[in-house]
Amino acid sequence: MYPESYQESLKKVAEKREANAFAEPRRMTAEEKEQVLAENHPDYREDEFEALKVGPNKGEKAPHELAAMLQAHARIRPGDVDLEHPAYDVDVLILGGGGAGCSAAIEADEAGADVLIATKLRTGDANTMMAEGGIQAADKENDSPAQHFLDAFGGGHFMAKKELVRKLVTEAPADIKWLNDLGCEFDKDESGRMVTTHGGGTSRKRMHACKDYTGAEIMRTLRDEVLNRQIPILEFTAAIEIIKDDKGQAAGAVLINMETLELFVVKAKCVILATGGAGRMHYQGFPTSNHYGATADGLVLGYRAGAKLLYQYTLQYHPTGVAYPDQIYGALVTEKVRSLGAKVVNKDGDIFVHPLETRDVEAAAIIRECKRGNGVPTEHGYGVWLDSPIIDIKNGEGTVKSRIPAMYRMFEKRGIDISKEPMLVYPTLHYQNGGLDIDTNCMTGVPNLFAAGEVTGGVHGTNRLMGNSLLDVIVFGRDAGKAAGARCKEVETGTLNLDHVEAFEKELREAGIETDLVSPKLLPKYVRERTVLEGPGIIQ
Amino acid sequence: MANVNVYFFGKKYEVPDHLTIMTAMEYAGYQLTRGCGCRNGFCGACATIYRIKGQRDLKMALACQTKVEDNMYVATLPFFPLVKEVYDINRIEPTQAVMMQLYPEIYACVGCNACTKACTQGLNVMQYIAYAQRGDFKACADASFDCVMCGVCSARCPAGISHPQVAELARRINGKYLTPDAEHLIARVKEIAEGSFDDAMKEIMGKSDAEIRELYNTREIEA
Repeated sequence: MYPESYQESLKKVAEKREANAFAEPRRMTAEEKEQVLAENHPDYREDEFEALKVGPNKGEKAPHELAAMLQAHARIRPGDVDLEHPAYDVDVLILGGGGAGCSAAIEADEAGADVLIATKLRTGDANTMMAEGGIQAADKENDSPAQHFLDAFGGGHFMAKKELVRKLVTEAPADIKWLNDLGCEFDKDESGRMVTTHGGGTSRKRMHACKDYTGAEIMRTLRDEVLNRQIPILEFTAAIEIIKDDKGQAAGAVLINMETLELFVVKAKCVILATGGAGRMHYQGFPTSNHYGATADGLVLGYRAGAKLLYQYTLQYHPTGVAYPDQIYGALVTEKVRSLGAKVVNKDGDIFVHPLETRDVEAAAIIRECKRGNGVPTEHGYGVWLDSPIIDIKNGEGTVKSRIPAMYRMFEKRGIDISKEPMLVYPTLHYQNGGLDIDTNCMTGVPNLFAAGEVTGGVHGTNRLMGNSLLDVIVFGRDAGKAAGARCKEVETGTLNLDHVEAFEKELREAGIETDLVSPKLLPKYVRERTVLEGPGIIQ
Repeated sequence: MANVNVYFFGKKYEVPDHLTIMTAMEYAGYQLTRGCGCRNGFCGACATIYRIKGQRDLKMALACQTKVEDNMYVATLPFFPLVKEVYDINRIEPTQAVMMQLYPEIYACVGCNACTKACTQGLNVMQYIAYAQRGDFKACADASFDCVMCGVCSARCPAGISHPQVAELARRINGKYLTPDAEHLIARVKEIAEGSFDDAMKEIMGKSDAEIRELYNTREIEA
């Protein structure tokens, strides 16, 4: 139920709905896009970034919140754990149990490797589970991998690593088939043909979906497959340090039981970082659409072990986060709502941007519209209307309920019927565009340290398109699993050590960095500030 | 905004009335590790049982999706021991016999409908179990599609059924065996494997920065 104060604006939106439904808004020119980004996008705010003083990306900029974690102290000292008596000794250790981690586990297992997964919360507690809209693949007759390449590379501002984009788009159809063969239920018509739509910045309709539970459907299928293969999983177990050997290779990790705080050592021939994103860092104070554990842990672990980052200064703010009601503030409203025809309108019901510009441009345009005084005031700032009833006008009654049931349910619980009333939205922190720099075998700059999924950078340049991150976790998750599964057969692990942790501490001292912070962050702290006795059981 | 009294595990806390059960726990001082996942209603980590003081019925909800109420007595259910049977998706037959072999307890359903009443997603759980009993995997898959596998249904089931796992099996069978193949997808995978697109890819990757920008900015967009 919307409050009385919104009714006048809602009336205007309703009056213009019929005309807006069939309006074809103009797309911005390249120059207009550059301008709206430079003036409004959070990535362009110089005061929100600082130069890193230590580590492989010394001198490059990073968001303040990330810099603080990258340049914090380790949670342990080398003497705290017994490296000579590891609790586990495996071929491939996978850190993270989301889409990339599970895909990697399945492929490494398939390659015959002895695999162990460690994940901070439960298996499947990951941004993959929350990806609603879809997954791209150029599998229709009018489409091609090269066309997909052009969309992804251009949408990422021509900054992506071309070889990684090539892999992403070329392997996409085979990976959709792989998922389908595992039993993943894609939206199809009666003949079996995939139902595909546009996403922001796509030139062909190549967005495959499983209603608006696409990520959830993919994640639960992968999780079920990991369980069927009986791959061992340590849940509620986070990595807090990569272990290296005397040859400088990654050789395991120090893990912590999140509940008992027990520390233990895993020795591994190869390590795959699949720890995901960073929305819970709340860069620039933004709310986030991300899951509870998205705290950039993998960036910290990799960085301290000597792996270079790429584009750590670019984040994706999804244009349509929930601005009202407060209980779901910052939650994602899937881009699929716009793919199905909904328009973005201001407080007067006027269209001010094409609904399917790339996410950064769309978000910047919404921020600009609110700055111009055309937003609807909320408790946290402003919002604009995402006019979802247009979907039923354009596609027939019942489309909202059948094609975006999760969105319908989320608002219906708050007394808002989105097939009849619009949603109030504002950009929300959604995705880490940058991350660990990897080669085409998913290896970071540290030998035998692999990475896949949102923790990596370079696949999406400085802006990711809708449907390319679910694709990223599957393509590169599988590839990392295959690469590590093959590599582990050749690896001779030397003597384990944590010398790099000591060396990093020395670097911090020499750079004059004084801080009480420790990292990785592991979990955000939402507990209300008060006086408590810090004691056992309190991680922070 | 007003405050309400909420009882977490029987202990009273006064919290603002606009909070969810999850944010109210954090307001009260709980640093959550268990029982908190996506915080957006997709993952099923925060299954919760509550009863309003003075009322008889027990309610089930996701803590991240449910607003606090005055005199709400809350217990969380962060884990429930579901039975997950192991199978090889490439070897099973998509017939009713699979359900009988893997999850025979579904035939012990007493029809009490406690699962449906408990579902945090508002699904007709007992109905989808009935479809599974009959071997109608498509109907079971469709009716259970929005399941977040929180396990509350199973916690209420006198027959010991692990409803979310039964539904997961039905969905995988339906997705793999019962839905027609996407012929265009199979054809495209073959074309890529044969190298049909290699030249086009090589060409686009070899373009200069200016050329590729021009190509991108003038590309035709499918209507």
